Amino acid sequence: MLKQKKTSKIIQSILFPLVLLSVTACGQQGAAPASNQPAAPATETSAPAPSTETKQLTIGISQFVEHPALDAAREGFVKQLAKNGFEDGKQVKIDVKSAQASMDTAISIAQKFEADKVDLVLAIATPTAQAAAQTSKEIPILFTAVTDPVEAGLVKAMGKPGANVTGTSDMNPVEEQLKLIKELKADAKSVGVIYSSGEVNSKVQVDAAKAVADKLGLTIREAAITSATEVKQAAESMVGKVDAFYVPTDNMVVSSIAAVLGVAESQKIPVIAGEENSVKSGAIATYGIDYTKLGEQTADMAAKILKGEAKPADMAVEMQADMKLVLNKKAAEKMGVTIPQAMLDRAGEVVE
Amino acid sequence: MNLAIMGAIEQGLLFGILALGVYLTFRVLNVPDLTVDGSFALGGAIAAKFIIDGTNPFLATLLAFFVGGLAGAFTGILHTKGKVNALLAGILTMIALYSINLRIMGKANLPLLREETLFTFVQNLSIPNLTIGGVTFLTGVALVFLIGVMVLKLVIDWFLHTDLGLDLRATGDNPKMIRSFGVNTDTTTIIGLAVSNGLVAVSGAWVAQYQGFADVGMGIGMIVIGLASVIVGEVLFGSSSIFRVTLAVILGSIVYRLVIAIALQAGLNPSDMKLITALIVIIALTVPTIAKGIWKKPAVRAVRGGSSDA
Repeated sequence: MLKQKKTSKIIQSILFPLVLLSVTACGQQGAAPASNQPAAPATETSAPAPSTETKQLTIGISQFVEHPALDAAREGFVKQLAKNGFEDGKQVKIDVKSAQASMDTAISIAQKFEADKVDLVLAIATPTAQAAAQTSKEIPILFTAVTDPVEAGLVKAMGKPGANVTGTSDMNPVEEQLKLIKELKADAKSVGVIYSSGEVNSKVQVDAAKAVADKLGLTIREAAITSATEVKQAAESMVGKVDAFYVPTDNMVVSSIAAVLGVAESQKIPVIAGEENSVKSGAIATYGIDYTKLGEQTADMAAKILKGEAKPADMAVEMQADMKLVLNKKAAEKMGVTIPQAMLDRAGEVVE
Repeated sequence: MNLAIMGAIEQGLLFGILALGVYLTFRVLNVPDLTVDGSFALGGAIAAKFIIDGTNPFLATLLAFFVGGLAGAFTGILHTKGKVNALLAGILTMIALYSINLRIMGKANLPLLREETLFTFVQNLSIPNLTIGGVTFLTGVALVFLIGVMVLKLVIDWFLHTDLGLDLRATGDNPKMIRSFGVNTDTTTIIGLAVSNGLVAVSGAWVAQYQGFADVGMGIGMIVIGLASVIVGEVLFGSSSIFRVTLAVILGSIVYRLVIAIALQAGLNPSDMKLITALIVIIALTVPTIAKGIWKKPAVRAVRGGSSDA
């Protein structure tokens, strides 16, 4: 009796994961349209259909974490792709996955897309791009929101990637952005930069800022953080020592930009941001990266690949084509500066 | 079988080494050790740095074991000699390792995409997939991983049956008793933490080579994954003997990875990813117990444990 009990327990423990597996197998067939699922029973019934109409392509989007800039890039990509004749749900099926900031999940997502044999992968941010590049050697991979693709090992050279990976870089014009500080506050001397030491992209921007600071008559004060909860403290630590804040396109700091803004508003320290969405959230100004446009630009590259007009190996990594000045009037008021009329005149967008 | 499922098995085996390490502290020593998040990334950092500098990947992974062991020993010394609470000692080492890992790597992310790694070595062996009746059960890569992890498992089984291993187990079970036999429990705790974190670092080294990069953030949440693997494994596969429980935690790790693969396949809102993962694990853990309650009279012992004749 004892023996029997035990055997049934073992059988149960083996069976259970198998049941789980079979459940997913079904779910998968249900979720994906029959045309791109070469599962044996499905092909028989749907075989005649694809021969008359063109095959629906699949695109896998692997986003590292949800925050406004990355979301904007994704939305821009999907919209522009539709304009290029690849509409989600019609000509293409877009499968969006988020790693929710886990690197190990990024690999699982890459493996899922490889298994599904998607026609193209869009990887948003560096870790997901690296995971995709490691997993898929044949499927065309486009990345976006990667600051330095060469440093990240994604491409051999910006001009000629050389493999199945290319995309758009979000390296922002740090120098032009720092110049905005001088325009807003001519007597500014010291700029505080908060960034997370865990993000390679941010370090690149901080180094770029330091390289041009002298020329602009500024000194850079750094505060490196390791978790989102430290952002406020980092900002507070610089009160009285800096005349302005510069927030680079750092995932962690951008996610908690409210903490920087809170300190900046109460202490009347202007905040210049590395990208547009931070200005919409309440920073005064930025010059440069519009993630929606960056996503759109990536979509144009994707369209070329999907139409078979170009191969990733020969497609140069693209930078943002047109930069725009974005200002936030209300933020300026709160931080005790007035935006000069000259700046307002050449602004691409003014947030009221 | 689906390639994503196979990938999950490959990953599960690599994270199985992490689970073995967590099992050593959490169950054998009965010490909650949070060094893991740091030592996992430390293993990845050491392996990546040395591989990029041209060291043989085998040697780099072995180095990761020793450096990880040092980190564990540090936590152990802090806890036993410095009388710091075990949780706090682990946390202190973990946060210190964040800076140390950045120092080792020189930057936050080291790509291994074009390097010769253990993973490319295993791929180049071109071991055929294990296919029965047209269904692939294990990839060639997973087979090699399986052999490697099994060897490690057997070594640990053996280690836990040596005199030192027995002392280690007794330290966790009944420290007063084992001290009365003249065993220094401080030493056994330090050794246990060192071996555990050595294994965790090896897991991190492997994962870095497998995913193609080491990142300073790659250790975040690893203790949770390790604990989940140990508990899921014990519940689903039993823990009646050392041989069985070490196997169970590795299987637990594979189940955990399968759950993530399943959550990804489910085709739901991407923002719900982690919630779905948690839900599937909850179902996996509770359904067998509930089913047992329906089918049988309440047993004295629940799913864990089992009879002693294993």
